Amino acid sequence: MSKKIIVGLASCGISAGGDTVYEKFENLIQTSSQENVILAKSGCIGACFREVIVEIKDENGSILYGDVTPEIAEKIFENNIVNNKIYTENIIKSSEVNAEPNFFDNQTKIVLRNTGKINPELIEEYIEKDGYKAIKKVLNEMSSEDVRFEINSSGLRGRGGGGFSTGQKWNFAAKENSEKKYMVCNADEGDPGAFMDRSVLEGDPHSVLEGLLIAGYAIGSDQGYIYVRAEYPLAIERLNIAIKQSRENGFLGKNILGTDFSFDIEIKVGAGAFVCGEETALIASIEGKRGMPSNRPPFPAVSGIWGKPTIINNVETLANVSYIILNGADKYSSIGSEKSRGTKVFALTGKIKKSGLVEVPMGITLREIIFDIGGGLKGDKKFKAVQLGGPSGGCIPEHLLDTPVDYDSLSKTGAIMGSGGMVVMDQSTCMVDLAKFFMGFIKEESCGKCTFCRIGTKRMHEILVKISEGKGELEDLDKLESLAYQVKDGSLCGLGQTAPNPVITTLKYFREEYLEHINDKKCRAKVCKPLLTYTINPDKCTGCTLCARNCPTDAISGARKEIHFINQDLCISCGNCESVCNFDAVIVE
Amino acid sequence: MEKQLNDVFEKFRNLKGSTIDILQNIQSIYGFLPEEALEKFSLNYNIPLSEIYGVATFYSQFKFKKPGENQIKVCHGTACHINGAAKMSTLVERELKISDGETTEDGKFSIENVACLGCCSLAPVIMINGKVYGNLTEKKLKSVLKEYQTKKS
Repeated sequence: MSKKIIVGLASCGISAGGDTVYEKFENLIQTSSQENVILAKSGCIGACFREVIVEIKDENGSILYGDVTPEIAEKIFENNIVNNKIYTENIIKSSEVNAEPNFFDNQTKIVLRNTGKINPELIEEYIEKDGYKAIKKVLNEMSSEDVRFEINSSGLRGRGGGGFSTGQKWNFAAKENSEKKYMVCNADEGDPGAFMDRSVLEGDPHSVLEGLLIAGYAIGSDQGYIYVRAEYPLAIERLNIAIKQSRENGFLGKNILGTDFSFDIEIKVGAGAFVCGEETALIASIEGKRGMPSNRPPFPAVSGIWGKPTIINNVETLANVSYIILNGADKYSSIGSEKSRGTKVFALTGKIKKSGLVEVPMGITLREIIFDIGGGLKGDKKFKAVQLGGPSGGCIPEHLLDTPVDYDSLSKTGAIMGSGGMVVMDQSTCMVDLAKFFMGFIKEESCGKCTFCRIGTKRMHEILVKISEGKGELEDLDKLESLAYQVKDGSLCGLGQTAPNPVITTLKYFREEYLEHINDKKCRAKVCKPLLTYTINPDKCTGCTLCARNCPTDAISGARKEIHFINQDLCISCGNCESVCNFDAVIVE
Repeated sequence: MEKQLNDVFEKFRNLKGSTIDILQNIQSIYGFLPEEALEKFSLNYNIPLSEIYGVATFYSQFKFKKPGENQIKVCHGTACHINGAAKMSTLVERELKISDGETTEDGKFSIENVACLGCCSLAPVIMINGKVYGNLTEKKLKSVLKEYQTKKS
């Protein structure tokens, strides 16, 4: 009777201590001389809030454990492996227990169908799950036209944020008469607060390769690129392993599966520029240049890398492809809502109880995702807003929580579907500060080509800084708004066109917070430091002098073992005293 | 290092559009992009040095100063931001007495604020030499830093 121990080892799992748990099992297996125990790794299981996650599998089924430490690993090993019992603590899911029913049962997994279930470093495990069956079907039974027809009828739309029909995009490139065409997978997931693509690449890289292969066949390309950010070393490593295995198994290279179709894939490591998520900038970057966007038309489908027709699809889009081919367009389009078919993966983070990676059918409401799947807010605090789409997206307030998750409904709110970052905020987030945060990001990442994006975002950031420092005037809001629309209209690429969204949506839904900062010089979330007053609570102060020693302006007086005092005239509200105090004696108001 | 550099030049000799790949390879040899290496790249490939710098300075990955022995990256992604990334930055900067983008005088530490490390569910996070520390509090961060500071002596 063989038993398998599977440790979730995606980046988050490793960061949470997955590698030490893995090593612990390795040692236990060696020292216990247990036979028939296999130790394996898998990608992200999605329930990040219960990392480290370990699965024990045998003929009787599987048990999923959460919050595993090396000590708990030892107990699991002793019970489940050595003594044939079951360690009953820490179980997330087994045939008898379902500790997180809402989290798991409300999801529909297509893109994440294998992520967390298979070992991403073994092609055999992917093949066992019907992997590379779709490319076989495509090469044996379908013309490139059939493939495009199928994808088009499925209603699949680009998951990188734009939401353009994937089938139509492929049709554009297929029509082009060129001996060389390029098929690119955009894995330059630059949105802060998003990690869907990383998880797919780390957990199921072959599904992306297979999607790329099928796309290559559909448009008549023999060369694929995966443009992946350098910040994702584990994803790059697993992609390299997957490409090597795929070549060895005859799925990549010349005359794939004995047919005329040849296709190979090269990895291009992105060097860190948010704008390279934009198609034309990404192409410039692949050509080894500065990643500056260029005018469209010509669209990349007509003239892309080295002037050749090029199609760029996002990781999640491509991970859908083999599923659609195997299960048919009808089945795929039966999931989701009318104009947004299929599922969407979200990285659910922020002040949420059950943060993690979730895949839901389109059309489900934000409320269902946040409160049913995500379990609501940490500490049952009051919900304030949810941010979708990163720096290009917007903040959605509570009264719009019943908005269904589909491209069109979300656009109506002023936010966008985006690539899938979903950051939940409670009352401790200041919306002015958040707008300032995104604008600060954009002003750094603007490539500088368009004046409005380069200078406009800088000016917008300056106004936001001014407001957050309590120096704002009412007319600043008008300036901010008019600049926002000028930047939108005056920018060439998506980065500039969407950059003002966080400002526009916060002004629309949280205007009273801006007004409080300007009129009352107050930050209700207690985030904007210059608007806060720091005082010392005499009941808690022990006179340790730590705050006084860390005060940059010598505003704190008081001898050792005597109660300290902050001179408000000298205080610059830097917050150092609060952060160093070991006795919670600094009061912030 | 000289030989490694020449190997890099040879490896990409006939590959179109390899400027970024070559720069990445140079950086992995030296830990940053030394001026002399870029000059050699320019002469070797007959590309103007200005063009090479044009590409290199565009991307945040490339460094032009030698980073510290211990490279600290403080994540400032959205999830980290709302979970107190600013506090983490203040603490790291205060403890090491340097600011974002700087290296300590003894060359042991450098700090870099980064956009997102993609471990959002563990926010706030920092990365030291590729290892991620998540769910940080000021107390926890202090002890992590101490671990590296005592290592140096």
